[in-house]
Amino acid sequence: MRIKILVRLKGQILEPQGKVIEQALNSLGFTEFSNIRQGKLIELDLPDNISKEEKAQKIESACKKLLVNDIIEEYEVLG
Amino acid sequence: MSFKSAVITFPGSNCDRDALCYLKDLTKGEVHNIWHEETSLPKVDLVILPGGFSFGDYLRSGAMASKSKIIDEVVKHANDNRYLLGICNGFQILTEIGLLEGALIRNKKLKFLGKNCFIKKKFKNNFNLSIKDKQVLQIPVAHNEGNFYCDTETLNLLKNNEQIAFEYCKGEFSNTEENINGSIEAIAGITNKKKNVLGMMPHPERAYSDFHQSQDGRLIIESLIS
Repeated sequence: MRIKILVRLKGQILEPQGKVIEQALNSLGFTEFSNIRQGKLIELDLPDNISKEEKAQKIESACKKLLVNDIIEEYEVLG
Repeated sequence: MSFKSAVITFPGSNCDRDALCYLKDLTKGEVHNIWHEETSLPKVDLVILPGGFSFGDYLRSGAMASKSKIIDEVVKHANDNRYLLGICNGFQILTEIGLLEGALIRNKKLKFLGKNCFIKKKFKNNFNLSIKDKQVLQIPVAHNEGNFYCDTETLNLLKNNEQIAFEYCKGEFSNTEENINGSIEAIAGITNKKKNVLGMMPHPERAYSDFHQSQDGRLIIESLIS
Protein backbone atom coordinates (compact mmCIF):
# COMPACT_ATOMS: atom_id res chain seq x y z
CA MET A 1 0.00 0.00 0.00
CA ARG A 2 1.26 3.44 -0.97
CA ILE A 3 1.52 5.97 1.86
CA LYS A 4 1.78 9.70 1.34
CA ILE A 5 2.97 11.95 4.12
CA LEU A 6 2.67 15.70 3.72
CA VAL A 7 5.26 17.63 5.74
CA ARG A 8 5.10 21.39 6.06
CA LEU A 9 6.55 24.17 8.17
CA LYS A 10 4.27 25.20 11.02
CA GLY A 11 2.04 28.16 10.21
CA GLN A 12 3.85 30.72 12.34
CA ILE A 13 7.24 29.98 10.77
CA LEU A 14 8.39 32.12 7.87
CA GLU A 15 8.50 30.09 4.65
CA PRO A 16 10.57 32.25 2.30
CA GLN A 17 10.31 29.89 -0.71
CA GLY A 18 6.54 30.30 -0.79
CA LYS A 19 6.96 34.06 -0.72
CA VAL A 20 9.29 34.00 -3.73
CA ILE A 21 6.97 31.64 -5.65
CA GLU A 22 4.11 34.00 -4.88
CA GLN A 23 6.04 37.00 -6.23
CA ALA A 24 6.89 35.06 -9.41
CA LEU A 25 3.30 33.93 -9.95
CA ASN A 26 2.01 37.44 -9.32
CA SER A 27 4.44 38.82 -11.90
CA LEU A 28 3.20 36.22 -14.41
CA GLY A 29 -0.27 37.59 -13.99
CA PHE A 30 -1.59 35.18 -11.35
CA THR A 31 -2.48 38.06 -9.09
CA GLU A 32 -5.26 36.14 -7.30
CA PHE A 33 -2.72 33.73 -5.78
CA SER A 34 -1.68 34.61 -2.25
CA ASN A 35 -0.34 33.10 1.00
CA ILE A 36 1.70 30.50 -0.89
CA ARG A 37 3.66 28.05 1.26
CA GLN A 38 5.77 25.19 -0.02
CA GLY A 39 6.02 21.87 1.79
CA LYS A 40 7.21 18.38 0.90
CA LEU A 41 5.54 15.10 0.12
CA ILE A 42 7.09 11.80 1.20
CA GLU A 43 5.77 8.67 -0.53
CA LEU A 44 6.50 5.13 0.63
CA ASP A 45 5.25 1.55 0.37
CA LEU A 46 4.03 -0.54 3.33
CA PRO A 47 2.95 -4.21 3.05
CA ASP A 48 -0.78 -4.61 2.30
CA ASN A 49 -1.34 -7.13 5.10
CA ILE A 50 -0.34 -4.70 7.86
CA SER A 51 -3.12 -3.81 10.33
CA LYS A 52 -4.56 -0.32 10.51
CA GLU A 53 -3.23 0.20 14.03
CA GLU A 54 0.24 -1.04 13.17
CA LYS A 55 0.30 1.17 10.09
CA ALA A 56 -0.63 4.25 12.12
CA GLN A 57 1.87 3.39 14.83
CA LYS A 58 4.73 2.77 12.36
CA ILE A 59 4.10 5.99 10.46
CA GLU A 60 3.89 8.04 13.65
CA SER A 61 7.11 6.53 14.95
CA ALA A 62 8.98 7.14 11.67
CA CYS A 63 7.78 10.75 11.56
CA LYS A 64 8.84 11.33 15.15
CA LYS A 65 12.24 9.68 14.79
CA LEU A 66 13.30 11.04 11.42
CA LEU A 67 10.86 12.34 8.85
CA VAL A 68 9.54 15.35 10.76
CA ASN A 69 11.24 17.87 13.07
CA ASP A 70 8.34 18.80 15.33
CA ILE A 71 10.01 22.01 16.47
CA ILE A 72 9.39 23.53 13.05
CA GLU A 73 7.25 21.08 11.09
CA GLU A 74 3.86 19.37 11.18
CA TYR A 75 2.64 16.45 9.10
CA GLU A 76 -0.49 14.85 7.76
CA VAL A 77 -0.94 11.34 6.36
CA LEU A 78 -2.85 11.58 3.09
CA GLY A 79 -5.27 8.84 2.03
CA MET B 1 48.20 18.13 30.86
CA SER B 2 47.69 18.21 27.15
CA PHE B 3 44.35 19.02 25.60
CA LYS B 4 42.92 16.16 23.55
CA SER B 5 40.32 16.57 20.85
CA ALA B 6 38.50 14.86 17.98
CA VAL B 7 36.67 15.81 14.80
CA ILE B 8 33.86 13.64 13.43
CA THR B 9 33.68 13.28 9.65
CA PHE B 10 30.37 12.51 7.93
CA PRO B 11 29.93 11.90 4.20
CA GLY B 12 29.62 15.46 2.88
CA SER B 13 31.52 17.16 5.71
CA ASN B 14 33.83 19.70 4.10
CA CYS B 15 35.27 21.62 7.04
CA ASP B 16 36.62 18.58 8.86
CA ARG B 17 40.18 19.15 7.67
CA ASP B 18 40.04 22.83 8.58
CA ALA B 19 38.80 21.82 12.02
CA LEU B 20 41.62 19.28 12.41
CA CYS B 21 44.26 21.89 11.50
CA TYR B 22 42.58 24.43 13.78
CA LEU B 23 42.79 22.00 16.71
CA LYS B 24 46.33 20.79 15.90
CA ASP B 25 47.73 24.30 15.60
CA LEU B 26 45.99 25.78 18.62
CA THR B 27 45.82 22.96 21.17
CA LYS B 28 49.24 21.41 20.35
CA GLY B 29 47.71 18.20 21.72
CA GLU B 30 46.46 14.90 20.35
CA VAL B 31 43.77 15.29 17.63
CA HIS B 32 41.71 12.39 16.32
CA ASN B 33 39.64 12.19 13.16
CA ILE B 34 36.67 9.87 13.59
CA TRP B 35 34.52 8.46 10.77
CA HIS B 36 30.77 8.58 11.47
CA GLU B 37 30.39 4.80 11.29
CA GLU B 38 32.74 4.25 14.23
CA THR B 39 31.13 3.05 17.44
CA SER B 40 33.72 4.26 19.89
CA LEU B 41 35.20 7.62 20.66
CA PRO B 42 38.56 8.14 22.40
CA LYS B 43 38.39 9.98 25.72
CA VAL B 44 39.02 13.56 24.66
CA ASP B 45 38.36 17.02 26.11
CA LEU B 46 36.64 18.40 23.02
CA VAL B 47 34.72 16.94 20.08
CA ILE B 48 33.95 19.05 17.01
CA LEU B 49 31.09 18.31 14.65
CA PRO B 50 32.36 20.16 11.56
CA GLY B 51 30.64 22.17 8.86
CA GLY B 52 29.65 20.97 5.44
CA PHE B 53 26.68 19.29 3.86
CA SER B 54 26.48 15.97 5.67
CA PHE B 55 24.47 13.45 3.65
CA GLY B 56 23.83 16.18 1.07
CA ASP B 57 21.50 18.02 3.48
CA TYR B 58 18.85 15.44 2.50
CA LEU B 59 15.51 15.67 4.30
CA ARG B 60 16.70 18.51 6.58
CA SER B 61 20.21 19.83 7.24
CA GLY B 62 21.80 17.58 9.86
CA ALA B 63 18.85 15.16 10.04
CA MET B 64 20.64 12.13 8.62
CA ALA B 65 23.94 12.76 10.43
CA SER B 66 22.06 12.98 13.74
CA LYS B 67 21.19 9.27 13.32
CA SER B 68 24.78 8.14 12.57
CA LYS B 69 26.34 5.34 14.62
CA ILE B 70 28.89 7.60 16.31
CA ILE B 71 26.18 9.91 17.71
CA ASP B 72 25.46 7.70 20.76
CA GLU B 73 29.11 8.15 21.71
CA VAL B 74 28.94 11.89 21.05
CA VAL B 75 25.92 12.14 23.37
CA LYS B 76 27.76 10.13 26.05
CA HIS B 77 30.75 12.45 25.66
CA ALA B 78 28.48 15.47 26.24
CA ASN B 79 26.68 13.82 29.16
CA ASP B 80 30.10 13.28 30.69
CA ASN B 81 30.44 17.07 30.95
CA ARG B 82 33.12 17.23 28.28
CA TYR B 83 33.12 19.87 25.54
CA LEU B 84 31.24 19.48 22.28
CA LEU B 85 31.31 22.13 19.56
CA GLY B 86 29.08 22.07 16.49
CA ILE B 87 30.08 24.49 13.75
CA CYS B 88 27.57 25.37 11.00
CA ASN B 89 26.33 21.95 9.82
CA GLY B 90 27.56 20.71 13.20
CA PHE B 91 25.17 23.17 14.90
CA GLN B 92 22.33 21.87 12.72
CA ILE B 93 23.25 18.29 13.70
CA LEU B 94 23.23 19.22 17.41
CA THR B 95 19.69 20.63 17.16
CA GLU B 96 18.56 17.54 15.23
CA ILE B 97 20.04 15.28 17.94
CA GLY B 98 18.22 17.39 20.51
CA LEU B 99 21.35 18.34 22.48
CA LEU B 100 20.56 21.96 21.67
CA GLU B 101 17.18 23.68 21.56
CA GLY B 102 15.52 25.15 18.47
CA ALA B 103 16.13 24.55 14.77
CA LEU B 104 17.96 26.19 11.86
CA ILE B 105 15.75 27.09 8.93
CA ARG B 106 16.31 28.74 5.53
CA ASN B 107 17.98 32.16 5.62
CA LYS B 108 15.33 34.85 5.60
CA LYS B 109 16.39 36.22 2.21
CA LEU B 110 16.84 32.72 0.72
CA LYS B 111 20.45 33.41 -0.19
CA PHE B 112 23.40 31.21 0.61
CA LEU B 113 25.58 33.47 2.76
CA GLY B 114 29.31 33.06 2.28
CA LYS B 115 31.06 36.09 3.77
CA ASN B 116 32.64 37.60 6.81
CA CYS B 117 30.26 38.41 9.61
CA PHE B 118 30.56 40.01 12.98
CA ILE B 119 29.54 38.52 16.28
CA LYS B 120 29.85 39.36 19.95
CA LYS B 121 29.31 37.33 23.06
CA LYS B 122 26.00 37.51 24.85
CA PHE B 123 26.32 35.37 27.97
CA LYS B 124 29.56 34.07 29.45
CA ASN B 125 30.50 30.38 29.14
CA ASN B 126 33.70 28.34 28.90
CA PHE B 127 33.79 28.74 25.10
CA ASN B 128 33.97 32.54 25.22
CA LEU B 129 35.87 33.29 28.45
CA SER B 130 38.78 34.91 26.58
CA ILE B 131 36.45 37.25 24.71
CA LYS B 132 35.79 40.64 26.27
CA ASP B 133 32.28 42.00 26.67
CA LYS B 134 31.30 44.07 23.62
CA GLN B 135 34.38 42.79 21.71
CA VAL B 136 33.41 42.38 18.07
CA LEU B 137 34.74 39.23 16.38
CA GLN B 138 35.11 38.90 12.62
CA ILE B 139 34.38 35.30 11.65
CA PRO B 140 33.13 33.96 8.28
CA VAL B 141 29.78 32.31 7.71
CA ALA B 142 28.88 29.93 4.87
CA HIS B 143 25.34 28.65 5.15
CA ASN B 144 21.91 28.37 3.58
CA GLU B 145 20.03 27.27 6.69
CA GLY B 146 21.36 29.40 9.52
CA ASN B 147 18.19 31.18 10.54
CA PHE B 148 17.80 30.17 14.19
CA TYR B 149 14.22 29.53 15.21
CA CYS B 150 12.61 28.53 18.49
CA ASP B 151 9.25 29.27 20.11
CA THR B 152 8.81 32.05 22.67
CA GLU B 153 8.84 29.66 25.61
CA THR B 154 12.19 28.19 24.50
CA LEU B 155 13.61 31.65 23.81
CA ASN B 156 12.75 32.72 27.37
CA LEU B 157 14.41 29.56 28.64
CA LEU B 158 17.57 30.29 26.61
CA LYS B 159 17.67 33.80 28.06
CA ASN B 160 16.92 32.82 31.66
CA ASN B 161 19.54 30.08 31.60
CA GLU B 162 22.00 32.41 29.84
CA GLN B 163 22.42 29.91 26.99
CA ILE B 164 22.86 32.45 24.19
CA ALA B 165 26.61 32.43 23.53
CA PHE B 166 26.93 34.65 20.44
CA GLU B 167 24.81 37.13 18.53
CA TYR B 168 25.37 38.80 15.16
CA CYS B 169 26.24 42.48 15.33
CA LYS B 170 27.33 45.40 13.20
CA GLY B 171 30.96 45.34 12.13
CA GLU B 172 33.39 48.08 11.31
CA PHE B 173 31.64 48.83 8.02
CA SER B 174 28.41 50.77 8.28
CA ASN B 175 26.74 48.77 5.50
CA THR B 176 27.14 45.48 7.36
CA GLU B 177 23.81 44.04 8.31
CA GLU B 178 23.24 43.42 11.96
CA ASN B 179 21.21 40.22 11.63
CA ILE B 180 22.47 38.52 8.49
CA ASN B 181 20.11 35.55 8.25
CA GLY B 182 16.95 36.50 10.14
CA SER B 183 17.68 34.49 13.30
CA ILE B 184 15.47 35.19 16.29
CA GLU B 185 17.15 37.94 18.34
CA ALA B 186 20.14 37.70 15.96
CA ILE B 187 21.29 34.50 17.67
CA ALA B 188 24.53 33.14 16.15
CA GLY B 189 25.31 30.45 18.73
CA ILE B 190 23.77 28.79 21.77
CA THR B 191 24.87 26.37 24.45
CA ASN B 192 23.01 23.67 26.33
CA LYS B 193 21.91 24.34 29.90
CA LYS B 194 25.14 22.91 31.35
CA LYS B 195 27.12 25.04 28.89
CA ASN B 196 29.48 22.28 27.76
CA VAL B 197 27.86 22.01 24.31
CA LEU B 198 28.06 24.94 21.89
CA GLY B 199 26.51 25.25 18.44
CA MET B 200 27.41 28.22 16.25
CA MET B 201 26.87 29.12 12.59
CA PRO B 202 30.09 31.16 12.05
CA HIS B 203 33.29 29.22 11.33
CA PRO B 204 36.06 29.94 13.88
CA GLU B 205 38.26 27.33 12.13
CA ARG B 206 38.35 29.66 9.12
CA ALA B 207 39.70 32.54 11.20
CA TYR B 208 42.79 31.53 13.11
CA SER B 209 45.86 31.37 10.86
CA ASP B 210 48.10 34.12 9.52
CA PHE B 211 46.72 33.53 6.04
CA HIS B 212 43.14 34.08 7.19
CA GLN B 213 41.63 37.55 7.13
CA SER B 214 40.93 37.38 10.84
CA GLN B 215 42.39 35.40 13.72
CA ASP B 216 39.44 35.94 16.07
CA GLY B 217 38.46 32.26 15.87
CA ARG B 218 41.47 31.46 18.07
CA LEU B 219 39.66 32.92 21.06
CA ILE B 220 37.28 29.96 21.29
CA ILE B 221 40.03 27.37 21.66
CA GLU B 222 42.03 29.73 23.87
CA SER B 223 38.97 30.06 26.12
CA LEU B 224 38.66 26.28 26.46
CA ILE B 225 42.35 25.76 27.15
CA SER B 226 42.74 28.60 29.65
